[in-house]
Amino acid sequence: MPKLVLTLTVNGEPRELLIDPRRTLLDVLRNQLELRGTHRGCDTGNCGACTVILDGRLVTSCMVLAADCDGAEVLTVEGISPDGQLHPVQRALVEQGGIQCGYCTPGMVVASVALLNANPHPTEEEVRMGLAGNLCRCTGYKKIVEAVLAVAGERN
Amino acid sequence: MKPFEYFAPKTLAEAIETLARYDGQARVLAGGTNLVLNMKEGNDSPRAVVNVKRIPELRGLEFNSHLTLGALTTAEEIRCSPLIRERFPALAHAASTMASVQIRNLATVGGNLCNAAPSADLAPILIAFDAVACIAGPGGERRVRLEAFFTGPGATVLSAGELLVAVEVPPWDGPVWYLKHAPRAWMDIAVVGVACALRMDGGVCVDARVVLGAVAPTPLRARRAESELVGGPLISERIDRAAKIAAEESKPIDDVRGSAWYRRQMVEVLTRRGLMQLITAQ
Repeated sequence: MPKLVLTLTVNGEPRELLIDPRRTLLDVLRNQLELRGTHRGCDTGNCGACTVILDGRLVTSCMVLAADCDGAEVLTVEGISPDGQLHPVQRALVEQGGIQCGYCTPGMVVASVALLNANPHPTEEEVRMGLAGNLCRCTGYKKIVEAVLAVAGERN
Repeated sequence: MKPFEYFAPKTLAEAIETLARYDGQARVLAGGTNLVLNMKEGNDSPRAVVNVKRIPELRGLEFNSHLTLGALTTAEEIRCSPLIRERFPALAHAASTMASVQIRNLATVGGNLCNAAPSADLAPILIAFDAVACIAGPGGERRVRLEAFFTGPGATVLSAGELLVAVEVPPWDGPVWYLKHAPRAWMDIAVVGVACALRMDGGVCVDARVVLGAVAPTPLRARRAESELVGGPLISERIDRAAKIAAEESKPIDDVRGSAWYRRQMVEVLTRRGLMQLITAQ
């Protein structure tokens, strides 16, 4: 099967690579660009562990064909806080006990950052709706929601 | 996933030509939330994938005398559009009941309709608005009322080479709403969906639409229930009768999400609840 040339920007860095058209954005991020912060959970678009920001929109990267990302800008959890410091959402998750096994955490971080960018002062209901596509099998939702609300300055 | 030829045409003509050439063996890629999953799971192995996202004619969201939704309009764009929230709040609401923000950012109105899942959330509400599907194909353009667009589970009137370009939604002068019944508040598929629309004149119902989702092979207009509503005041006895008739008109199946018996009960409940809600909103 002939390979395709894919040109995209990942975390601000232009990348060009040859891909198999069957690969998803998640495959390319993890296996070709070695950005393994983006996790593969269900691989069916349900769990949100593979959440990234694609051209400014939150998406599950397991549902996106990499070929469809030609010319796109991708932001992964590795690029959320470019200066090597923890992003306020990451710090709040640590401080509030919003991390258990950690598998869902990168997706939760990216989704929370996108949520707060779009809506800096969400209600608890809005946080819960915004994170509906991110499953935590440890079921630590309460502390995750509290961490996001803490960042928003609306601890309840 | 089986190998396929990948195309990303930049014009409608090129897309139609490619789809026609593969004569049903090519799949349209828009949001990909159904197609990519089906291909991964081996349930669909097309010879070609035609990514239509680079085609400008399929984009756009505008309002003149009616709302025009380009087929690539995402569920999240519908949910968030100030225009839709103001003029078609029931449509924005229906979009908000779908999946997660991640999926709504990918899933398109065109995909939701062309996949033709009986449970598609945008279908009942768009049929309630009497939306029209604008289709382009090798033989030119045609328009089909959305009510007549679906032919069975996963099947539509689209023939090989045809593409859904846009959906036209006329305004409705009266209250409209969509009620979705699912075990979970988010990230769930409708067990039953009911869209209701009423037009009242001096306390008398002059027009009504009741459209059922997930309870028949296609989204279904409950025409006998609608007739029951039209021509009189909407007293609760009339609404009860219409809700019972809607349940009779539904043709649900037993599946993992609910039994046919349960779905029929819920059609009655949701139709009554939806109509009552519309009357109180008056």
